[in-house]
Amino acid sequence: MKVAYWPGCVSRGFTAELHGSMAAVAPMLNIELVELDRASCCGAGVIAEHSQELADTLNARTFALAQQEITQGADLMMNICSTCQGAQSECQQRLDASAEYRAQVNETLSDEGLEYQDGIINKNFLWVLVEDIGLDKLKTLVRNPLTDLRVGPFYGCYIVRPTDRLDINRAQPRDEYLGQVIEALGGTVIDYAGSHKCCGFPIITMNKAASLEQAGRHLGDATDADADCLVTPCPLCHLNLDLQQPMAAKQVGRELNMPVLHLPQLVGLALGLSPKELGLQHHIVKPTSVIDWSQAVVGGVGGW
Amino acid sequence: MAEFKLKIRRYDPEAGAAPYWDEHTVDLEPHRSVLEGILQARNENDGSIGVRCSCRSAICGSCGVRVNGKPGLACHTHLDDALASAGEDGVIEVEPMGNMPIIKDLIVDMDAVHWKKIQRVTPWLIGKEPVPEREYIVSRESMIDVTQSMACIQCGACVSDCLSMEVDPLFVGPAALAKTYRFVGDPRDAAHEQRLKDLGEDKHGIYDCTHCFKCIEACPKGVAPMNQIMRLRRIAGNDFHIKDRNNGERHEAAFVKNIEKNGILHEADLLPDSYGGKFHPRAVPELISSLPIVMTALLRRKMTPGKALLHPHKAPDGVKRIFEVVEGRDERNEFNLYISGTDANNEGTAEVAEAIETAEPAGVAPDGTEGSSA
Ligand code: SF4
Ligand code: SF4
Ligand code: SF4
Ligand code: SF4
Ligand code: FES
Repeated sequence: MKVAYWPGCVSRGFTAELHGSMAAVAPMLNIELVELDRASCCGAGVIAEHSQELADTLNARTFALAQQEITQGADLMMNICSTCQGAQSECQQRLDASAEYRAQVNETLSDEGLEYQDGIINKNFLWVLVEDIGLDKLKTLVRNPLTDLRVGPFYGCYIVRPTDRLDINRAQPRDEYLGQVIEALGGTVIDYAGSHKCCGFPIITMNKAASLEQAGRHLGDATDADADCLVTPCPLCHLNLDLQQPMAAKQVGRELNMPVLHLPQLVGLALGLSPKELGLQHHIVKPTSVIDWSQAVVGGVGGW
Repeated sequence: MAEFKLKIRRYDPEAGAAPYWDEHTVDLEPHRSVLEGILQARNENDGSIGVRCSCRSAICGSCGVRVNGKPGLACHTHLDDALASAGEDGVIEVEPMGNMPIIKDLIVDMDAVHWKKIQRVTPWLIGKEPVPEREYIVSRESMIDVTQSMACIQCGACVSDCLSMEVDPLFVGPAALAKTYRFVGDPRDAAHEQRLKDLGEDKHGIYDCTHCFKCIEACPKGVAPMNQIMRLRRIAGNDFHIKDRNNGERHEAAFVKNIEKNGILHEADLLPDSYGGKFHPRAVPELISSLPIVMTALLRRKMTPGKALLHPHKAPDGVKRIFEVVEGRDERNEFNLYISGTDANNEGTAEVAEAIETAEPAGVAPDGTEGSSA
């Protein structure tokens, strides 16, 4: 399949390994990425906090750019960031609700010759994996099943709430997909208190103690549940859970050594890529448990 | 009639024993409420079950509990729906709400937390002077604007699940802040600026919300407290230019400027700018405290010095133009779904709306109202 691909900002800045691992994994899944390189930041909820119309217009522009790719054969728009998913879905909900409002926004876009037509399909890589590629297909592509790897899912608020806006329901349990993917890749899903909670990132500059307390608690809960690592579809969660982990450990007063993987990295490991090819060496928390696991697998294969 | 299994969380702090689960089977029509289930268990099996209720019709706000982990009104949750969201064992779990101390079983201390916070925000109208001889005359639209926050029945479900409050019990919280908007959005109120200043200067005020959507998801009345908080922030920052103690306004301004300049987010500038610029006195300790992390990040080649200093991106002209047009407007153009509704719901019959919803997987439902699954 071909997708109009919105990588987001952080995945090209502080979490460059996310963009890199997505690019490495895509061809193995037969996904062609057409990057929307003229698009702008989704605003991560912060621009909307400043001005709703500004956020709506910026994202309508991104959607319009994606729709140009869709008319040229892309199947849908894809993102790799829970926060992009949530912030963009929020704008889309308003844009799609009213032709009158859409016309006002399109008026601003017309200077650039762009127009957003309602009803774009914009999915996080996680949703694409389950809904468009399919877990059965994914299973057939696994070369190194994640046997004995204990993985805790961490979703990020924006991709699980509000459920009505994100079309999460019993027929489409998008808030359970990470577990389903971990299982399809052969890993063990770890159930812990923080999986659907907030990492605290939005208030890191406003109430640092509370922000780090959140991150620290979830990492501690996952440690207590014997997870080897966490996996997240959100680079902003990754910032608070990995980049800030040393500070979070201080805040909660306990040692934390919990590697946090980006979703494409976890998929890549199971599809046979090495930790290095997936950029795991760039993480702040050394993913020792994951690397040990992968060496045991590779070593095991060699030994037998 | 049908049988339902209820597992009720029991706890009596005065007795000193640990909390425990207590299972009861009740026999009721599937469309009856979880509250009726609890009451049947109490009346027929165990008179000591503590539960609070009054109206039994979702308007008094006294029966807030968690059903299968989700907060809501026990009298407003059907047994069959609760069964559908139960675990594989088919047992409906009923627990007291979170973030508030338990008085007994399902009864939590609303006074100690919820009502204290409501009182904290001066929950009454401070009329404009001079007081008119007769009523204050206001426009219809301005009153419609506050109806969403007026719909609150003070059940505490949002407070129960607030993730900021979970780590910072001093946070003013979703219900009290929704109540604040009820007055800040009311043209008759004379204290808009003072209210916002007060909640901006409080480190646990409007900028302490972590934007987790939990309160939107929890509220049985579609109040969407988080949306009201974002409106408070917009008014505090854009209209009154309030400098809050959390750096919230500055962070927001820095973020918006960053995107205007770069098109995509340039994180290396965002942190210092959120504290007022690289050389602002508040930024210096902040930057020094994050130095160990920056060093590790550099070592792991997560950031490169080049990336941290140079701007690889420049906003395309189209993006700049959008900022010019939208930021240049005299009045905020704020589309409110709760008030406007969707075209599909406004014009079409239910069938048309449904046809559109099934035709588009990314269908829409009005903000904060119940989804189509309800
Ligand atoms: S959510 Fe993040 S990565 Fe996505 S566009 Fe926004 S700031 Fe950039
Ligand atoms: S968990 Fe954190 S970074 Fe992730 S979406 Fe929520 S607030 Fe954002
Ligand atoms: S969005 Fe804000 S107020 Fe609402 S539950 Fe989350 S932290 Fe609390
Ligand atoms: S805002 Fe909603 S959930 Fe919160 S107290 Fe009011 S009615 Fe209950
Ligand atoms: S009993 Fe009054 S709201 Fe449930």
